[in-house]
Amino acid sequence: MSFWDKLLGRKTSADSAKERLQLVLIHDRTDLTPAELDSLRDDLIATISRHVEIDTTAMQFGLEHDGRSQRLVADIPIKRAPRRRSSGKSRSK
Amino acid sequence: MPAEVLTVTSGKGGVGKTTTVANLAVALASLGSKVVCIDGDIGLRNLDVILGLENRIVYDIVDVIEGRCRLKQAMIRDKKIPELFLIPAAQTRDKNAVSASDMNRLVKDLRSECDYILIDSPAGIERGFKNAIAPADRVIVVTNPEVSAVRDADRVIGILEAEEKGPGSLILNRLNPVMVRNHDMLSADDVLDLLAVELIGIVPEDEGVLIGANRGAPVAADGKSKAGQAFRNIARRIKGETVPFLDLDSGGSLWQRLQKLTGRK
Repeated sequence: MSFWDKLLGRKTSADSAKERLQLVLIHDRTDLTPAELDSLRDDLIATISRHVEIDTTAMQFGLEHDGRSQRLVADIPIKRAPRRRSSGKSRSK
Repeated sequence: MPAEVLTVTSGKGGVGKTTTVANLAVALASLGSKVVCIDGDIGLRNLDVILGLENRIVYDIVDVIEGRCRLKQAMIRDKKIPELFLIPAAQTRDKNAVSASDMNRLVKDLRSECDYILIDSPAGIERGFKNAIAPADRVIVVTNPEVSAVRDADRVIGILEAEEKGPGSLILNRLNPVMVRNHDMLSADDVLDLLAVELIGIVPEDEGVLIGANRGAPVAADGKSKAGQAFRNIARRIKGETVPFLDLDSGGSLWQRLQKLTGRK
């Protein structure tokens, strides 16, 4: 890592190695490719959307590791129209 | 007490498995334990040259397994350390000459003969590796602070867990503290964060390791070598002692010494 890299705040090669390994190891351990993960996310969105309206732009979805165990973490905000609920319209149905 | 069986493996080749076995064997034997190391790399034997015992081989592991000699006839005593023995691999056979049950049987017969049995696994995750881990009480995974070595170590650790051999203990070999300081090498913390296993030793990069290999004299016997010190510390940890790790982050002693060595400051 050169003086200029540091001065310009460029990512160090050790940081790149660690970030790349984090992703590679998650995929190695779960045997899921990024494409399969995308398809899983799309399926999840489709399934949940049949029941509630969700905010897909704000959702977070991915694999995380906790020690040597992997977990699939999805944080999916539900869109709701507050006025619709407060008006009591949906309840009267 | 029957011997503890330690298998040294790595997935990737060239990370220092054989060097680790030779040095831990020398260090443990120097501490007074009776040690037998077994070269499990059938067809590509090397532990004999690293230990400087290549001219003494008469019988090898396949001769024992196939009944051409008794176990004790294949145990070569070290030139300098009388507590250290080597059972060499066969050079002209392939890994199919040995099975996991052969290894289990051989190790079972050896257990009452010594304090530690160190098995040098071949690279890879195939038959030779499976044979080497079959009799292990504890597996030591050697890696380097390098993307390919860390990835392969993770794969091996996953297989060890699946085979119920525990996650293994990690040796991070060939760490260059100057490169770590310049953020051009994964640090021990980075590697531990990624692999999430118990660390049993950090061995700094050291020219002495190659020089020792040239001479057939492992650096663990060299009181001045930094890598030798690291291997001696690991041997003491294997024996159950608590030995602090060389501190690489605080600008402490190892840092300063290595920086002086490389002329950086």
